[in-house]
Amino acid sequence: MSKPTLNAPQAPVRRTIDIVNASLKRRHAQERRFRRIGAIAVALGLAFVVLLFADIVGKGYTAFQQTYLQLPIELSAEKIDPAGTREPETLSTADYMAPIRAALRQQFPEVTERRELRQLYSMVSVGAPQFLREQVMENPDLIGTTQEVWVLADDDIDMLVKGQIDRHAPEESRRVNDRMLGWVEHLEEQGRIEKRFNTIFFTQGTSREPELAGIAGALMGSFYTLLLTLILSFPIGVGAALYLEEFAPKNRWTDLIEVNVNNLAAVPSIVFGLLGLAVFIGFFGAPRSTPLVAALVMTLMTLPTIIIASRVALKSVPPSIREAALGVGASPLQTQFHHVLPLALPGMLTGAIIGMARALGETAPLLMIGMIAFIVDIPSGFTDAATVLPVQIFLWADSPERGFVERTSAAIIVLLAFLFLMNLVAVLLRRRFERRW
Amino acid sequence: MNKTLIAAAVTLAAASLSTQAMARDSIYIVGSSTVFPFSTAVAETFGRTLGYNTPKVESTGTGGGMKLFCAGVGVDHPDITNASRRMKASEFENCQQAGAKEITEVKIGFDGIAIANSKSAKHIDLTLKDIYLALAKDVPDADGKFVPNPNKTWKDVNAALPDAKIEVLGPPPTSGTRDAFVELAMEGGCNSFPELKALKKSDEKKHKAVCQGIREDGAYIEAGENDNLIVQKLVSNKNALGIFGYSFLEQNADKVQGAKIDGIAPTYDTISDGSYPISRSLYFYVKNAHVATIPGIKQFVTEFTSDKAFGPEGYLADKGLIALPDAERASVAKSAKALTPMSKPE
Repeated sequence: MSKPTLNAPQAPVRRTIDIVNASLKRRHAQERRFRRIGAIAVALGLAFVVLLFADIVGKGYTAFQQTYLQLPIELSAEKIDPAGTREPETLSTADYMAPIRAALRQQFPEVTERRELRQLYSMVSVGAPQFLREQVMENPDLIGTTQEVWVLADDDIDMLVKGQIDRHAPEESRRVNDRMLGWVEHLEEQGRIEKRFNTIFFTQGTSREPELAGIAGALMGSFYTLLLTLILSFPIGVGAALYLEEFAPKNRWTDLIEVNVNNLAAVPSIVFGLLGLAVFIGFFGAPRSTPLVAALVMTLMTLPTIIIASRVALKSVPPSIREAALGVGASPLQTQFHHVLPLALPGMLTGAIIGMARALGETAPLLMIGMIAFIVDIPSGFTDAATVLPVQIFLWADSPERGFVERTSAAIIVLLAFLFLMNLVAVLLRRRFERRW
Repeated sequence: MNKTLIAAAVTLAAASLSTQAMARDSIYIVGSSTVFPFSTAVAETFGRTLGYNTPKVESTGTGGGMKLFCAGVGVDHPDITNASRRMKASEFENCQQAGAKEITEVKIGFDGIAIANSKSAKHIDLTLKDIYLALAKDVPDADGKFVPNPNKTWKDVNAALPDAKIEVLGPPPTSGTRDAFVELAMEGGCNSFPELKALKKSDEKKHKAVCQGIREDGAYIEAGENDNLIVQKLVSNKNALGIFGYSFLEQNADKVQGAKIDGIAPTYDTISDGSYPISRSLYFYVKNAHVATIPGIKQFVTEFTSDKAFGPEGYLADKGLIALPDAERASVAKSAKALTPMSKPE
């Protein structure tokens, strides 16, 4: 409509191509600049991710090993099973700390003073007898013999052996004094100290002693919570999406609902925690600190994510599928359930998995419903008191013991591994099943 | 597929609601995050050695714990609440009204608050007055008028201190450590001015405002609830001081050093005999009405107040608890064992 410059009489030689050519250099430079900025942004992001992972893995990998001391332990028959009946009852109540301490004394016969003995005994974890008991219960034939047993070391010794406590630091600023250091070095020379894979970390519940603390309780808590969340939120979310997208009349009410669903997805998660506290615990009287309440809260939180993802998945199914189904005489319900839903399902599952991944990493709403708790027993159901992985990380990060620093990072590694796995499954599902039209 | 899933969900919900009415067979403890590490250590030992279920210990903060504790009597309510201060009269009233008439108060020991800097920095000695002048929001000037804190370096506060920028990492207002720090250190320093001490009698509200206000111009840095984080930051910043619980100082003795306050270093002995000025008492409260219905409460209290737990050589001392003096410990253990109900606090 308006090209005054081209037709202007004072510059007849300038044609469009000249203008284009003149600006070409500038525009190419602009593009190069933009590409470079983009590359820098990506590189920066990657650098931070690498830094984060390097820091966490660097701090945490040592927690996957645990120090053990090898001691020749005399399992005297008179002490453990005086009657010789080998009844499980007697075996389980016997004192297993005594033989461990005797073995320590035997290693260091020069230690006799009470205070020194206390220090000597403190080299072994308070949980060591429990593992000795399990060994004996499993194999009662050990009674009456002297066995070379690997017993669990105390967290201070563990930190020392792993180099987290500097051996060359002056004695007063070291948690392990020179005498204990001497004992450790003596045992090391004899090859009686070994780092082994830390099975306790994966099989036990939490503990106040770093060497006995494990994530099994938190993992099971997370598992029950997520399972129940999925069971509750997926059908409700898919149902809601199906109704809103395919059946609901388009009017002001459904618009309002749609706006609200989108809003809910952006509500800070702590609000859901408060809601859970007031409604599920306060009004319905659901038990505090259980996966049941956690799952109900998480369901509220993940529903918007699932509904939105499911609606997008439904929208991407081409109308020709619906029309063809209706054309051969299927009812609207049959159309949806036999034809549209199966095609939209991969997208819906992807949304659900991403929602679950978010729920797995969530802590804030759980603060309100009593999940910030010390629970040793591994939960075995939806109504057992439990805690979840991110909360366990939070609690460990707040513990003064040095041994918890590496265990915190190790728990983060496990959490990240699960998140990574879930996102990988989501991507694979999409790749494998998604159809493009 | 959806139908079966919904059916499963409904059955699950029904099943869970029906089990909920069952009696509780483990002790339920709430309360202070400061007492949490000690309470959990006792809970674990109790569960491991005495054959009861391990109690569930929830970290809700002292105030939150009192609220839950005093909400009523019955299996849904906690049996024990931990506190890093004494129960208030108003909280006691709430408990009475909710039916928890008899409450046993158990004082378990002391907790010191350390002010520390990096081991590679120079050791620093402070007085409560220095702390107040360095960190208060408003300080009295030469004429006794209140002006926004003009002190930028420690030398401004006290000529004997080094010429270094005031930079203190401490807990945020939501933390119990902060409450105790403000109450003990800031108010203590504030009261070293005679006219401010007199103010407490004449105008308590004003006294509280001037003595407990912490400056917000960047000299006091809220470093979050996590004391481990403060320790880490101190190591990387040699000029900064940090405020945190004594147990973190003990665990990280190779990284940080505690400042002497009024000439007294934060050690086990000085906190125990009360000479270290920034220390507070820790408590837990037992609902006597629950003792008959929940198994193990009495044994738990006995375990907590046995010398092998809260004594000076006990396992709680390893966790950083500072034991009560011998005579007081014996009397606390005795009244705890008998579950002697407390009278209304002032």
